Amino acid sequence: MVGILCVSTVAVLLPLIIIIVHVFIEGFSALSYEFFTEELGSPSRAIQERPTGLVHTIIGTIVVDALALIIAVPIGIGAGIMLSEYPEHVLNPSLRIMNDTLNGMPAILKGLFVFVLIVKPMGTFSGLAGSVALSVVMLPIIARTTESALQSIPWTIREAGLALGLPRWMVVFSTVIPAAKTGLITGVLLAFARAVGEAAPLLFTSFGNNYLPNNWWGFIVDPTDTLPQRLYSLAISPYEQWHGMGWAAAIVLFGIVMITFMIARFLTRDKLQYKQ
Amino acid sequence: MKSENQQFSSDKKLPHIIYLWLGDKIFKVVTVVLGATIILITLGMAWVLFQEGSLAIYEFGFFEFLTERTWDPAVRLLFGAWPFLFGTLITSSVALIISFFPAVAVAIFSAEYAPKWLAEIIDNLIKLIAAIPSVVIGIWGIFILAPWLRDVVYTPITLWAENNYPDLLPLLGNPMGYGIATATIVLALMIVPYTTALAKDAIKAVPKDQREASYALGSTRWEVIRMAVLPYARGGIMAGAILSLGRAIGETMAVAMLIGNKNTLPFTVFGAGATMPSVIVNEFREAVESLHLSSLMAIGFILFLIALIVNLTAAYIQRRLSIGGGQVI
Repeated sequence: MVGILCVSTVAVLLPLIIIIVHVFIEGFSALSYEFFTEELGSPSRAIQERPTGLVHTIIGTIVVDALALIIAVPIGIGAGIMLSEYPEHVLNPSLRIMNDTLNGMPAILKGLFVFVLIVKPMGTFSGLAGSVALSVVMLPIIARTTESALQSIPWTIREAGLALGLPRWMVVFSTVIPAAKTGLITGVLLAFARAVGEAAPLLFTSFGNNYLPNNWWGFIVDPTDTLPQRLYSLAISPYEQWHGMGWAAAIVLFGIVMITFMIARFLTRDKLQYKQ
Repeated sequence: MKSENQQFSSDKKLPHIIYLWLGDKIFKVVTVVLGATIILITLGMAWVLFQEGSLAIYEFGFFEFLTERTWDPAVRLLFGAWPFLFGTLITSSVALIISFFPAVAVAIFSAEYAPKWLAEIIDNLIKLIAAIPSVVIGIWGIFILAPWLRDVVYTPITLWAENNYPDLLPLLGNPMGYGIATATIVLALMIVPYTTALAKDAIKAVPKDQREASYALGSTRWEVIRMAVLPYARGGIMAGAILSLGRAIGETMAVAMLIGNKNTLPFTVFGAGATMPSVIVNEFREAVESLHLSSLMAIGFILFLIALIVNLTAAYIQRRLSIGGGQVI
């Protein structure tokens, strides 16, 4: 029996390791200095072997994801506080169900939703719409992890604060949240890692753009390029040169996800050791 | 000392009401409003998708829209979701069937047999793999997996069928590499980490007493797993499998890149097909006719309903199927 289990473990993990190895090999061979300094431009630019890169994509990803975090973190943490600190509230059971439902929804539907909500009234695709769509992806994850992080703090700590005469909000801000800090940060990091790789909600919201915008506002109010959506366009494009850039985008995207993931793992490991 | 006292008393005097009474009220209102935002977003999503898809749903009728086999945005403007519904159901359920037993085997191995260091490596690897963005898996599928499958698997099978069972050929379809089979294989690879992680959580949640009682009766290690651990954890494992199915149903980018995107039935095993998310990705940006757009939104609404049913089923199974009312988490 052990033999069968061993074999199936290897059989499952092997192709997954192969994916990672391939992404690393192809990605690193496609990376270049220009990749980080030039904009993409039209296909002819790559075909004529003039320098092209994805600097506008990388900046766009940073802007769109940062904005998404700014939107999602307060709402998600607020909802998490509501779930954990007011367990008797009438709305809580439905909030929990709705949160899980939202978490289980395909990301593409979040893109359609934000398309109707923001892109249609604004009349143009924009980085802002992309951020809102990504924040909808992040929200349920942040709310869930915040709830469990806060609930892992024993009630006695809250009671100690209340016994000192602190009001409830002070108890939450001065004792519960500092104690649950690592858990909160981990949750935000995991939400970020999940959202940064999502292309589907961005296709209909931030749309994509081959050029750098004229000024910084352009990243927010105009169609903006982001890594996962650009990676998709490059991969299905008919140009050989763009395929190579697609691999480079894949390694950069995978690198971002992996680093975020490792920081999150590191934080939780720290916490565990502290507990022991 | 004096200044400290002064500060303390002034602190206490000035914002007393804000600090004690109003502060709590405001805090509660703010958190409840933020929480309610999530409820509104979820309900709003369902409403918006229905509202935008209602043009198509009223035009064709809900069940006719579901079962109509024609999707013609160019000439007749006739839209039916059946090819995509069928494509979604077939790819994701086959992917789940392929990946379920290997995933549970990995979970059992890492939870019960593997030494601690190995279990930790497997765990981290599984979590890392679950975090790979689906576009990255998509580009790997386009440039490495699909050509490899075409040369090593599909073409030999087609040639073999051509010589021995020519009747099979229409069922197998054109072995170009991008099609239903490739998309299903990639989906299976992508949901393995989810099934494994959730199954392992369920196995880990089995109390020690269960195992010890079984050992005390003289069971071998495998008997303990088979008769004490798995029956206890089956609710969690099944719920995890259904959640993974939900993942597969909603998986968009990798499938859109690999399935070949063909909007007409009949689908063939190796040939191109389409799923509900993939047709939205491919046609939404180019849809001009309002009926076409509305039909895509209606497909989104159906996808919403399916995802909702899958999630509620998983929650229900988690509660009902576990022995002892489901203490899994």
